Amino acid sequence: MERAAHDRGGWPTDAPIDRAEHELADWELLMDAIVGSLGRSGAMNVDELRRAIESMEPAAYDAASYYERWLFAAETILAEKGVLSPGELDRRMAR
Amino acid sequence: MSFTPGERVHVSSRAHNGHHRTPGYLKGKTGTVERVHDRFLNPETRAYGEDGTPAQRLYLVGFELGDLWPTYRGGAGDRLAADVFEHWLEPAP
Repeated sequence: MERAAHDRGGWPTDAPIDRAEHELADWELLMDAIVGSLGRSGAMNVDELRRAIESMEPAAYDAASYYERWLFAAETILAEKGVLSPGELDRRMAR
Repeated sequence: MSFTPGERVHVSSRAHNGHHRTPGYLKGKTGTVERVHDRFLNPETRAYGEDGTPAQRLYLVGFELGDLWPTYRGGAGDRLAADVFEHWLEPAP
């Protein structure tokens, strides 16, 4: 049975487990707050967030950090629901 | 079909396209119900904008690591516990 990129319990690997603690960047804290706000306002729930994360291309999933996956998922779901129009975030970031 | 603590249960290995919370490494495996949690809104429909009703019973199911990983070399009594929704469980054959 084919398993999605996130469903990796038992995947063989020789890589060591990274147990290093790290400080969260400001944008990561902000991403956490945005997803929390979207949940409390009813705009997006955690199951939608997870579904969007799981829909990432495997290579993109592997390359992305935890909160980069949240950003991808929030943008995906909000675009799906018409809250964001296609390309809206890119246009705003280009200003 | 509901289950009680101590009951042997089999995790369904049916194909499922779309979001679900049953890890692939548990599908087709047999474990023991350790605890009956509450009912929770169904993430499989909630993930697509529905309200998740009817709520589904969630169970804590324990597995022998040797049953999950044929090459497991750890202790014989080592176990893993995972939350599994009722609609993914069947009575163990």
